[in-house]
Amino acid sequence: MSESPLVQGYEVVIGFETHAQLSTQSKIFSRAAIAFGAEPNTQACAVDMALPGVLPVMNRAAVERAIQFGLAVGSHISPVSVFARKNYFYPDLPKGYQISQFETPVVQGGEVAFYVGDRLHKVRLVRAHLEEDAGKSLHENFESMSGIDLNRAGTPLLEIVTEPDMRSSQEAVAYAKELHKIVTWIGICDGNMQEGNFRCDANVSVRRPGQALGTRREIKNLNSFRNMQQAIDYEVSWQIDQLEDGHAIEQATVLFNPDTGETRAMRSKEDSADYRYFPDPDLPPLVIEPEWVSEVQAALPELPRAMAQRWVEEYAIPEYDATTLTQSQEMGAYFESAARACGQAKAVSNWMMGELLRRLNAQEIEIQQAPVGALVLAALIQRITDGTLSNNAARQVFDVLWQQGPQGPQSEPLSQVDAVIEAKGLKQVSDTGAIEAMIDEVLAANVDNVAQYKAGKEKAFNALVGQVMKLAKGKANPQVVNALLKKKLDAD
Amino acid sequence: MSQDIHDWGVAETASQIAAKHVSAVEVAQHMLQRSQQLADNGAFLSLQVESTLAQARAADAQIESGAKLPLLGVPIAHKDVFVTRDWPTTAGSRMLSGYMSPFDASVVQRLAEQGVVTLGKTNCDEFAMGSANENSAYGVARNPWDASRVPGGSSGGSAVAVAARMVAGATGTDTGGSIRQPAAFCGITGIKPTYGRCSRYGMVAYASSLDQAGPMARSAEDCAWLLEAMMGPDLDRDSTSLDVPVPSLRAHLEDPREGADVQKPLQGLRIGLPKEFFAEGCRADVLSAVKAGLAELEKLGATLVDVSLPLTELAIPAYYIIAPAEASSNLSRFDGVRYGHRADHFEDLVDMYVQSRSQGFGPEVQRRILTGTYVLSHGYYDAYYLKAQRIRRLIAQDFQKAFATCDVIAGPVAPTVAWALGEKSNDPVSQYLADIFTLPASLSGLPGMSVPVGLGEHGLPVGLQLIGNYLDERTLLHTAHHLQAVTDWHLQQPQGAKV
Repeated sequence: MSESPLVQGYEVVIGFETHAQLSTQSKIFSRAAIAFGAEPNTQACAVDMALPGVLPVMNRAAVERAIQFGLAVGSHISPVSVFARKNYFYPDLPKGYQISQFETPVVQGGEVAFYVGDRLHKVRLVRAHLEEDAGKSLHENFESMSGIDLNRAGTPLLEIVTEPDMRSSQEAVAYAKELHKIVTWIGICDGNMQEGNFRCDANVSVRRPGQALGTRREIKNLNSFRNMQQAIDYEVSWQIDQLEDGHAIEQATVLFNPDTGETRAMRSKEDSADYRYFPDPDLPPLVIEPEWVSEVQAALPELPRAMAQRWVEEYAIPEYDATTLTQSQEMGAYFESAARACGQAKAVSNWMMGELLRRLNAQEIEIQQAPVGALVLAALIQRITDGTLSNNAARQVFDVLWQQGPQGPQSEPLSQVDAVIEAKGLKQVSDTGAIEAMIDEVLAANVDNVAQYKAGKEKAFNALVGQVMKLAKGKANPQVVNALLKKKLDAD
Repeated sequence: MSQDIHDWGVAETASQIAAKHVSAVEVAQHMLQRSQQLADNGAFLSLQVESTLAQARAADAQIESGAKLPLLGVPIAHKDVFVTRDWPTTAGSRMLSGYMSPFDASVVQRLAEQGVVTLGKTNCDEFAMGSANENSAYGVARNPWDASRVPGGSSGGSAVAVAARMVAGATGTDTGGSIRQPAAFCGITGIKPTYGRCSRYGMVAYASSLDQAGPMARSAEDCAWLLEAMMGPDLDRDSTSLDVPVPSLRAHLEDPREGADVQKPLQGLRIGLPKEFFAEGCRADVLSAVKAGLAELEKLGATLVDVSLPLTELAIPAYYIIAPAEASSNLSRFDGVRYGHRADHFEDLVDMYVQSRSQGFGPEVQRRILTGTYVLSHGYYDAYYLKAQRIRRLIAQDFQKAFATCDVIAGPVAPTVAWALGEKSNDPVSQYLADIFTLPASLSGLPGMSVPVGLGEHGLPVGLQLIGNYLDERTLLHTAHHLQAVTDWHLQQPQGAKV
């Protein structure tokens, strides 16, 4: 940690608590459906409303997702874990307590590894535990009253808690992005941050290097990566200012206001409730048999870090490219299918890193919506490899393919590419006879350049190449032109 | 049978209706009328003639169409902590005044599936907290043996309704003795099965790790009929429901124990007598009735053995920590937000909670919420809640040691007979102490039963408690049935049933 960047001589210490909403069909303790945006209180059953006499029953699918996560980050899956009640009164908390896990969580330990630049970081996880979400209080449109929507009450959450292992806002954001990548990759969470399905709380403190941990303040509900970085940066400089002005930091929970770019305390430690945690007598301990863990392990997809590692070894593409192209399962699949189809992994990686990602980012679409599919890109690369297209011409073809969009399943990728080449007249001339004829014409018309070349001026050679390409209207294969021109000049 | 309809037990009523000697509607009408006549005893919180008759008519239609269900057409009352779609459910609390549940409790539903007709909802201590039924927000229930005395609690209304022959059987719930003690005080038979045997879904929760439903009736046989219908896995709705098959409780009740002869049907049965249950805390009149019961069991072939449950006294503090702790959390949902009582006037959100809950809950419920909140608080949790849980485990272990040398444990249900109304209502601790003999089985999750064994002081009934090992309700019912086959204590009628 000695390499961690200092801010005005202070070391920044950050830990994260992330609530990932699990992508189950129904709620964690009831059979009510989960869907965003439904009419208020239409997705809340008797259990979610905490009517007299109802009881919770654990949703196995939520447990399975917790196991998936634990295995993906190398955690210990606790064979026995315990649900506890966290007691507090709030109108959108129907039972007057939240069912969570306290002393014995289902996922224990683990680590998330990611790159910042070319440096590998590892953030240790303390735990990940299952719990239910609360409902929502609506303070608008109700004259002098609040509305309660219990649709979200009982939605399954996995709360993922790290050690205070991050030392800068960049690292924190990189961690959050990697975690987001993992949960969406294994499919346990849709990752939608706007809808609150992946929300992060950052515990931030500062200290002089070598000193004990400073007092932390918790920034709640960071729902975009941009806010995350801004909020942490603001909080860090606020804390340093306080300390520099001789004030102590008091433990507090703060909210980030994206409009002002500032954090503001919402409650101090003195106000913090006594939650009176105790094991929920309605739920026996959660027992996870080793067989279940093995089954989940066997069904787990190759993880992004492992996939990137494999590509570096198998396809010899740069680590950075491999990491970038394993952003999502879909992107990984795109790369692998294009690379297999054309056998040119390096070229596929270059095209994806350049043309493809640029356009996806510009249009803000996902790779699944890319108008040029993996096999069409592979066909295009094949036409470069076989000399039909120059790189420049290929970019023009790619542009046309992108504009026209997918051509339907009956259209062969190669014929799609060829049709564009034909229509645009972009076919490269590699025929030595034709090129030789053009070279002869150019040599005859540029005696001066020939003389200069022979006098040792290498520059004159480039001028001659340019003339040949001009005569060929850019369609001559430059390698063939180079080789033939050199041969002719040196033979004379 | 020359008896009146209301003298029939559950099994008898079922067979009379099945034989078409009487219709379900006739039985229901008779019992409703009688219940209205005896309404002063406070047994019922709600009777809805039309709802009951509609169910009775449906039962008669099923009989006409040839349906054979064990309890078809038999009217049963439900303690008002079981939620019901067609009757209000108050749990004896002002908090839930007029509350209508959108669903029936699992136990109610199971009984209905066996053909039961709901007669009404019975009075109880508020949220099942109490031992005298004096904590009901809707008035006391009176002991049919002496209207100036308590019927016991918390299932006091069910006990009164059965003892006064307003209904042949009723459901109750038992958290620390709430079936056994009122059964003893009113001279009827009641059984709390092993924790997890009956689904808790639809029972308004008091203390989740202890609450258990069970039947109350006038004989062990009738209890067997009802309990068999009530029990069974409900895994989709209650995670603490036991995933074990339901044994036949009704069949072979008459048979002698395996290897025993007909003259001595209980031969081989070892009955353990914990010396702590027969110590000075128990009144002499109760002890002599209990001993009379034990003597009958000996005549039937059972042998009595001495056992010890050394932590019996600690069951009281352990229970009065664990149960209030769970209650304080279980009752948090009654916040005036979604249903139940909400104060008319309040300043802000916190004041709405304070006013609504202060008005909605009675003093004993508030006392237990406060106790429970305290023992779960930061800094006190280990000293109270965790220690109580340790005691609870030790008590359960002591039972297992005792069951190494006996099949059933027997003793008094309560140290005294029913006390006078008002006598202990301002002294909660003395009421807590009276739970001493029922709490150990509750804390251990064991099945326990109360069987009438004659009268004690003031001509008031005394109950013999039988405690069985886990899942062994059958031995309890079998033992009690044979006792009742040779004695008539359970047949004696209280003054309050003579109308």
